[in-house]
Amino acid sequence: MSFEGVAAIRMIPAAPRNLWATAWWRYARNPVRVLAAAAALVIVAASVLAPLLAPTRYDVSVIAESLQQPSVRHWLGTDAIGRDVVSRLLYGGRTSLEVALAVVALAVLVGVPLGVAAGFAGGWVDYAVLRLVEISTALPALLLAMLLISVLGSGIGNTILALAVVAWIEPCRLMRAQTLALRNREFVEAAWALGAGSGRLVRRHILPNTVGPLIVVITLTIPRMIFAEASLSFLGLGINDPLPSWGKMVSESVSYMQVYPVLGIAPTVMIALMVLTLTLVGDGLRDALDPSRGPSTGGWR
Amino acid sequence: MTARYLLGRTSGLVVAVVTVSILAFLLMHAVPGGPFDETRSPLPPAAKANILRKYGLDQPLWVQYGRYVWQALHGDFGIPYQSPTETVVALLARVWPVTLLLGAVVVGISFTLGLGLGILAAMRHNTWLDNLLTSLATLGMTVPNFVIAIWLIYILSIRAHWLPTGGWGEARLLIMPAVAYSLQPLAVVARYTRVAVLEAMSGDYVRTALAKGLSPAQVVVRHVLRNALIPIVTLLGPMIPDLFTGSIFIEFTFRIPGLGKFFVTSIFQRDYPMIMATVLLVAVLWSLTYLASDVLYVLIDPRVRLGARGR
Repeated sequence: MSFEGVAAIRMIPAAPRNLWATAWWRYARNPVRVLAAAAALVIVAASVLAPLLAPTRYDVSVIAESLQQPSVRHWLGTDAIGRDVVSRLLYGGRTSLEVALAVVALAVLVGVPLGVAAGFAGGWVDYAVLRLVEISTALPALLLAMLLISVLGSGIGNTILALAVVAWIEPCRLMRAQTLALRNREFVEAAWALGAGSGRLVRRHILPNTVGPLIVVITLTIPRMIFAEASLSFLGLGINDPLPSWGKMVSESVSYMQVYPVLGIAPTVMIALMVLTLTLVGDGLRDALDPSRGPSTGGWR
Repeated sequence: MTARYLLGRTSGLVVAVVTVSILAFLLMHAVPGGPFDETRSPLPPAAKANILRKYGLDQPLWVQYGRYVWQALHGDFGIPYQSPTETVVALLARVWPVTLLLGAVVVGISFTLGLGLGILAAMRHNTWLDNLLTSLATLGMTVPNFVIAIWLIYILSIRAHWLPTGGWGEARLLIMPAVAYSLQPLAVVARYTRVAVLEAMSGDYVRTALAKGLSPAQVVVRHVLRNALIPIVTLLGPMIPDLFTGSIFIEFTFRIPGLGKFFVTSIFQRDYPMIMATVLLVAVLWSLTYLASDVLYVLIDPRVRLGARGR
C-alpha cells in the first residue's frame, strides 16, 4: 500500500499559508533588513556584472599612470602598477563571491549527506561522523585553512578547498540535529509503518522539512567565507596575482597608506559592506524561516 | 560517574590532539620541496645530506613522527629553521609573552565593557539605546579586525598624527591593536550578556523582587546577574584562551612580534618545527578550554546532568 493511497492522511489540511509568503512578510517588517537586502543585491549585481561595468579589465596596468589620486578618469585612482582601482574592486567582489559560493556548494555537498546519514542511521555511522567533526574542530578554522594552504600553495582553487575543509561542519551538524529531531516524529513513523524505505523517508519526509534552516545556514556561511577569503588573501595566503581580491588589495596598500589612503580604505569599506549586509540578510532570514533558533554567533576570527 | 565522565572526556581530548599532530605532521611533509631545497646559494649534495641528517629529515616518516612525539613529551620541540641558534621552546617563550600581554588587555577591555554594555542594553530593552548597541555589536562581530585596524590607522595615525602606524615596546603602541582586536570579542560578550540578562529577567523571582520594592538596579545586581552569569561563563569562557593565542591579522597589520606574526613567517618559510609547535599549542589550549567549560557548566548549574550536553 502506498503512502498517498491512505485517505485519512489526505484529509489532514495542508499548511494554511505559503511558507515563502509568510517568510517574506516576516522579513519585510524590519526596514533595516530590507535596506541591507537592497544594498547586498546592488553589491552582488555590481560584482557579477564586473566585466560590463568595469572601465578596464582587472589586469590592465599602465605604468605611466601608476599611483594616481582619484580623478574623473580613475574614480578611485590607480594602484602601484597603474591598475584602475574601481575595476579591481568590481572584479574583486566577483572573486569573493566565486570563492564563497564554491565553498558553500562543497560544504553542502559533503555536509548534508553526512549529517543526514549520521542522524538517520545512528550507531557507528553517527559515531564516525561525530569523531570527524570533533577532529575538524580541534583547531580554529582559519588556522586549519592556513595550514592547508601552506601545504597546497595559494591560489583560488586551493583557497576554496582549504575553506571547504571546515565549512562542511555547520551544515553537517544542522542536518544531523534536524534529522534526529524529525526521525521520531509521528508523520515519519507513519510513513515508515506504511512501508516507506530509508531513501524515500529521507527524500520525501525529512529533507523537505529542513529546507528553511538549511537556507539560513547557507546564507550565513556566505559572508563568513567572504570574511575568511579576505583574511587569507590579506596575509598573502589566498588569491594569487593578477586576480584581484579585496583582502589582497588591503595588504598591498598598507605601505602606501600615508600618501594614497584611498587604496586601503576602498577595499576595507567593500569588505565591511559586503559581510555586514549579507549577515543582516542571513539574520533576517533566520527570524523569518526558523524563528526557533537563538541569536547569531558571530563571524570568523 | 564524575570520574568516568572526566576520564572519557580527557581521553577524547588526547585522541583529538594526537590526531591533529599526526595530520599536521603528514601535511607538513607532503609538501614538495623541503625547507632546504630553496637556499639562496645551492648547497653541495654532501652538505645538504649532512643538514638533512642533522635534522633527521632522511628517516622514514613514521620514525620522524615517533621521534618528534618522544622528544616533545620531554619538552623538546626541536630547533626553528628560521632562527637556528635557539630552540622552538625558547622562541615561543620569547614571542608568546608579547601576544599574552595584548591578549590580557583585550580580555580586560572586552569582558568589563561587554558585560556592562550588555546589561545596559538589556535594562533598556527595545529602546533606541538597545537598538544602537545591538547594531554596533553586529558591526563588531561581522567586520574583520584588520579592516577596523586599517580604519584606525587612517584616522589616528594618518589624519590626526596621534599615534605611529605600528610597532611594539611602548605603552601607547598598544592602543590601536587593543581597540581593533577587542571589538569582536566585546561585541560577542555584550550580545550574549544581553540575551542572558533578558532571559533571567523573565523569571518569577524578578517580579517578586520588584514587587517587594527593590529598585531595578538592585534586582539586576542581586538576582538577575547571578543567574545570567551561568550561560555567560560557560559560553564565553572558551573565548579567553583563543584571545591569548592572539590574532594573526592584528599582529601582521601593526607589526607586533608575537605568536601570530611568527606563525605566518613559519608558514612562508616552511619552518616545520615552529608550525607544529604552534599548532599543537593552540590545539591543546583549545581542547582544554572546551573540557573546562563543560565541567564548569556542570559545577555551576546543578540541573545539568553529566554527559547530557554533547558538543
